[in-house]
Amino acid sequence: MLARSCLRTTRAFAGLRNGAVQIPKRAASSSSSGSTADSPLRLNIAAAASTALAAGSIAWYYHLYGPTANAATPAEEGLHPTHYPWVHEQWFKTFDHQALRRGFQVYREVCSSCHSLSRVPYRTLVGSILTVDEAKALAEENEYDSEPNDQGEIEKRPGKLSDYLPAPYKNDEAARFANNGALPPDLSLMVKARHGGCDYIFSLLTGYPEEPPAGAQVGAGLNFNPYFPGTGIAMARVLYDGLVDYEDGTPASTSQMAKDVTEFLNWAAEPEMDDRKRMGMKVLVVTSVLFAVSVWVKRYKWAWLKSRQVKYDPPKDSSAPRRY
Amino acid sequence: MASGAVYSALFRRNYTMLGLVFAGAFAFEMGYDNVMNKVWDNYNRGRQWKDIRHKYVEGGDDE
Repeated sequence: MLARSCLRTTRAFAGLRNGAVQIPKRAASSSSSGSTADSPLRLNIAAAASTALAAGSIAWYYHLYGPTANAATPAEEGLHPTHYPWVHEQWFKTFDHQALRRGFQVYREVCSSCHSLSRVPYRTLVGSILTVDEAKALAEENEYDSEPNDQGEIEKRPGKLSDYLPAPYKNDEAARFANNGALPPDLSLMVKARHGGCDYIFSLLTGYPEEPPAGAQVGAGLNFNPYFPGTGIAMARVLYDGLVDYEDGTPASTSQMAKDVTEFLNWAAEPEMDDRKRMGMKVLVVTSVLFAVSVWVKRYKWAWLKSRQVKYDPPKDSSAPRRY
Repeated sequence: MASGAVYSALFRRNYTMLGLVFAGAFAFEMGYDNVMNKVWDNYNRGRQWKDIRHKYVEGGDDE
């Protein structure tokens, strides 16, 4: 109903317009056949012009913004990190726990002065990075609030295995105040929380240039890092060759420390990864065997149907007239 | 004859059949886990904590 009424109004409007346009033309040329003959031509011209306008605006938009419309400029997006062949990201490989131990040492000696790791308790370190005695000794270096005593006072007690790693600042405001307004994020889930994961963190830690490239805008108190979205990062480069002394004698180059601490942060974000992958391997083996068995059973059950031959045996040709 | 004995002892009655299924499931699980854990440890040799633990257990008491 609506469509029909629309059609009618369009027709009426077209006729009215044609009539209005035709009036001066008829007076000028006094041709009698003009009013009906050139109205399709005009319509064609109008259609072609509007089509050209639409196509031209699309082409102009495409030329201006390109094949992809990005929400951010490349500088705001940040340089995409290189993909590195992390061994622990292979399907059936565990973390290298020697590297985790080195990475925890780097975190403790370097990162932990600004970054918290507040979702990791000491007990998870036992049996994957530290021995029980090492973890207990480490926990007892810090003091935690105890239960209220008889007077309701909360006293301090040395840490236990069930306590969480202490944060360097009391709260976010203290962290911002100490770092020129920038908040060092908690690193517990950082590998999961950033696009690129391990690649991003490694690239960020090792990607500080000697000096910002010409023309780069670097704000006051910021450092240039192409991998950081916006390229202006409050954290300066911290990893330099020989910054820590590894207990296992590994040369502490910048990339070695960045690689170890990245793998450690991946462990902090996914401490269940080793068990998960081992269970995944078992599941894949069992399900692939079951799948092969099911394929075999299907072929076995269908063999009689697939191997039969349907044959048409025509009657012997005879001279007798056919009856229909 | 032997198959007849197995049949009459295990398959003939439902509760023995059910017991066989459960016992078989447990036995398979144990054997399969054992084998796959060995494969896993062999493939990840030197990477897991139990491979490097001996380096720190003695010294860990003093620290």
